[in-house]
Amino acid sequence: MPRTVHDVVFVDGVRTPFGRAGEKGMYAETRADDLVVACIRELLRRNPSLPPERVEEVAVAATTQIGDQGLTLGRLAGLLSGLPTSTPGYSIDRMCAGAMTAVTTTAASIGVGAIDIAVAGGVEHMGRHPMGEQVDPNPRIVAERLVDPSALVMGKTAENLHDRFPHLTKARADAYAVRSQDKTQAAYAAGRIQPDLVPVATRHVSAGWGIATVDEPPRPGTTLQDLAALKTPFRSHGNVTAGNAAGLNDGATACLLASAEAAAELGLTAKMRLVSYAFVGVEPEVMGVGPVPATEKALAKAGLTIDDIGLFEVNEAFAVQVLAFLDHFGLADDDPRVNEYGGAIAVGHPLASSGVRLMANLAAQFAEHPEVRYGLTTMCIGIGMGGTVIWENPQHADYGKEH
Amino acid sequence: MSDTTAALPGEVVTHTLVQEVAMPGGAGTMALVTLDNGLDHTRPNTFGPAWIAELGATVAALAARAVAGEIQAVGITGKPFIFAVGADLSGVPAVTERAQASEIARAGHAAFAAIMDLPVPTFAFVNGAAMGGGVEVSLACDYRTISSGVPALALPETFLGLVPGWGGCWLLPNLVGPARALTVIIENPMNTNKMLKGPEAFRLGIADAMFEPADFLVRSVTWAAGVVTGDIVVERPEVPRDEATWESAVAAARMLVDLKTAGRSPAPLRALELVRAARTATRDEGFAAEDAALGDLLMGDELRAGLYAFDLVQKRAKRPAGAPSAALARPVTKVGIVGAGLMAGQLALLFARQLGVPVVMTDLDEDRVAKGVGYVHGEIAGLLGKGRIGPDKASFLTGLVSGSTSKDGFADADFVIEAVFEEMSVKQQVFAEVEAVVGPQCVLASNTSSLSLTEMASGLAHPERVVGFHFFNPVAVMPLLEIIPGERTDEAALATAFATGKALKKTTILVKDSPSFIVNRLLGRFMGEFSKVVDEGTPAQVADEAVSGLAPMPPFVLLGLVGPAIALHNSETLHRAFGDRFYVSPTLQRMVQAKKTGYYQWGPDGKPVPDPEVLALAVSPDRPVELTSAQVRERVLSALAEEVSMMLDEGVAQAPMDIDLAMITGAGFQFWNGGLTPLLDREGISEAVRGRRFLPPGAASVPVGVPA
Repeated sequence: MPRTVHDVVFVDGVRTPFGRAGEKGMYAETRADDLVVACIRELLRRNPSLPPERVEEVAVAATTQIGDQGLTLGRLAGLLSGLPTSTPGYSIDRMCAGAMTAVTTTAASIGVGAIDIAVAGGVEHMGRHPMGEQVDPNPRIVAERLVDPSALVMGKTAENLHDRFPHLTKARADAYAVRSQDKTQAAYAAGRIQPDLVPVATRHVSAGWGIATVDEPPRPGTTLQDLAALKTPFRSHGNVTAGNAAGLNDGATACLLASAEAAAELGLTAKMRLVSYAFVGVEPEVMGVGPVPATEKALAKAGLTIDDIGLFEVNEAFAVQVLAFLDHFGLADDDPRVNEYGGAIAVGHPLASSGVRLMANLAAQFAEHPEVRYGLTTMCIGIGMGGTVIWENPQHADYGKEH
Repeated sequence: MSDTTAALPGEVVTHTLVQEVAMPGGAGTMALVTLDNGLDHTRPNTFGPAWIAELGATVAALAARAVAGEIQAVGITGKPFIFAVGADLSGVPAVTERAQASEIARAGHAAFAAIMDLPVPTFAFVNGAAMGGGVEVSLACDYRTISSGVPALALPETFLGLVPGWGGCWLLPNLVGPARALTVIIENPMNTNKMLKGPEAFRLGIADAMFEPADFLVRSVTWAAGVVTGDIVVERPEVPRDEATWESAVAAARMLVDLKTAGRSPAPLRALELVRAARTATRDEGFAAEDAALGDLLMGDELRAGLYAFDLVQKRAKRPAGAPSAALARPVTKVGIVGAGLMAGQLALLFARQLGVPVVMTDLDEDRVAKGVGYVHGEIAGLLGKGRIGPDKASFLTGLVSGSTSKDGFADADFVIEAVFEEMSVKQQVFAEVEAVVGPQCVLASNTSSLSLTEMASGLAHPERVVGFHFFNPVAVMPLLEIIPGERTDEAALATAFATGKALKKTTILVKDSPSFIVNRLLGRFMGEFSKVVDEGTPAQVADEAVSGLAPMPPFVLLGLVGPAIALHNSETLHRAFGDRFYVSPTLQRMVQAKKTGYYQWGPDGKPVPDPEVLALAVSPDRPVELTSAQVRERVLSALAEEVSMMLDEGVAQAPMDIDLAMITGAGFQFWNGGLTPLLDREGISEAVRGRRFLPPGAASVPVGVPA
């Protein structure tokens, strides 16, 4: 007898405001694990009908798992958040898609019936743990030309994308970046972003405690002229700048996943239903193209086409990589279904955390768009991968029916 | 500009750092003040004149911003784990003029009053340890939240010899009522300076809301925002304003103060007056009264002695004078105890709990061994029952402690202590038997209270590993451990003894091998002189009054506690060793013969009444001499001064500080007397008896005559 597969629903997602990495950033003296703890506690507070002991797994992603991002962070964060000792936890790493992988992994556990309810999320404090801290690449990579050296520098992979797709120009990338800043500002003005933000106490020995309540990275009012003046650090007279890419950031995210049955039992609202997911490897030197094959695969698994997708949350590691995705699927650079609330170019991309930010955004958008049945969250991943998760909107009239 | 706003020498300045915080729910902007001295929790935030000046400037700036509508609330919080632990009293010796003392008091009041007068709601977010002035800063705010993780909140001033003089005596009773306020201001300090944890402080009403440590600050600010917008209404129990309630609370506290201090410490009495007056005093009147109290007390010898004693117990206790380098200590991985009586049982439990190593008890027969080990196992079960230890720990500890009639189990012991009958030949015999079994480096320790370690070690093949290791009763409560090397004790054995004492969490003091060491010698002199005065004809009540406040209880009550037989034994030992100045009371001898357990009985009202049978036995002099209370005091204190002087000359103790530390931690002598020698100096006894003070002026007294 084949095993019963359980439906997995996304109940709730939250994040800390994101900060600018570095000494002057608001989280400079705040621990990464404390950011995760804030998110987990907020999830429990927002879902009071969930008894804490029913959380059966805490999966927390971080790319650089040392110091305050180490020590089996998922387990520690659970204990520090006040979850009972009976709730286990683990850490996970798939670079930029850490939180997304935490979601798909725990979702699979729920799907297979091992657990009913999980917390999944991610954190990256790039100020305290820059990308590449303590890495020790195997010399065979270079010797056997397994991977082009440019693949280890994300900005260079973005330049490589401009080579591969010459019609994706710097001008288009800059225009996209300006729209990302504008949409973020508009989303703040409309109160779209604040509901899922968790305030965090920030320590500053020489300035006193503060409380982070809004994202630090956005630069509202950015113009094309501003962006045109920026240097291209990855290539002389190149295309990629600090303005058309996400910055180096600190932040954490966490979400609550449940089997559909457990959600119903505990009175938890299902904001999204997981339909399918896929991770696919691509050439590391053009890692930005990852979302394409990952999306193709996820759509195939779901028996859907791109036309069935009504809302998109695409991570904006680099403007060119989003454009590559849109271009492939025939979507306009300014398609209104894409990144309604703006994206990482404005709010930042603390590596392992971003996946759940995309999901929380999509969940909020589903509520405002009951006419949309399917949405997707997708991201490119360092060392050449892409990840995509397709979701169904419970507010849609045909929800739960055969497609 | 008064230069008392400049930092006192060595002030580690706590800063007032301000950040703006957006309050949720449209409540506006909060100016969040963080108290932080820039160091970690091992150096808590403390207050001094520079902090007061900075606080004043910060609050003035906030007042301007509040008036301008730029901020809608002010919050005050601390650094991780520490809110603030009050004034740094290490600067007190530099306070040599009453004007300085009063100015510090007034400056603090002014700064705190400025907080109270801010035109926007003020909140204290007590995130960590809060004591003294730290608590008072929070009381100056309109509202308080507290973290459930706060480990210590207290107003310990009266324990040291001060009062909560920066608003505490006026603000706290008017916030929570006189009885609860006195719990914090008087009761806890009088009960070995007990402190409150977060939840207890919250229950007393010191805070309006309590949140968990994980997100305390964010929860507190969110709560404060609710108070600002009016969504949250803070309700507090009404404080009774009638005189009867206040008088009754003050009277109850007064009884405790009298019991603990016999009225000899001015500070708690002054605090009581301030709390009583707070019922009707205005803020200005209350603060002015506190200014006067601080001025008086800071310039009083009792406080200076209290700070000296505090310093001894905090610092000297942890670095025993004359101890050899800790590096010479050998590890102790197994302990043997000879004897299975009550004392041995207490020792076995202590060693097992603190060292976590196997402990083998031996005695003369199976019954005694079983009883001794059974006592220890019973105590462990009791701890488990009270929830003080968990079942795994209880199982571990129980397994550590075993017994035998054979000493073979000592073969691999590193430390063997004997607690057998107090007689030299018995102890020498025991040591010889143990030496036959143990290795040559095993430390042989004796809990003897009076016998010579040198003599005890004299017959051994390896006398260099013998050391005196004298505990005080009850072992679980009294911190003192006298460590006495014999003439041939080597450095390694001595270092091992000190290290073991430290691991047992005791206050270790090096004592020269001499009869009754420090505490029992001085108590013997004290009790002897006292008994002599009574035997010669002074009524016991007069004599009690004369020495009230010196020891934690009247001498004859102490006698009952120690047991007349033991007291007599000590008395006779000292008399044999030192002669007639150690009087052996015939009354005491008769009491022991008649097997009386003490001088007093307890009457139906709980008050001690002299046992008529003891009175009948008492010496009745032919020509009774009735001294006045003052004469008795002079006589008894002079005897003590003489004895201390000799002990220092003989090198029994390294310094007067060790004498004082010993009397505080071994006999419960009082902080406001600095133990003993500051009292003798203060009353002029030292100068009368030996021509000079024991301690320099200012060390444990107000430095009178020293230029400011």
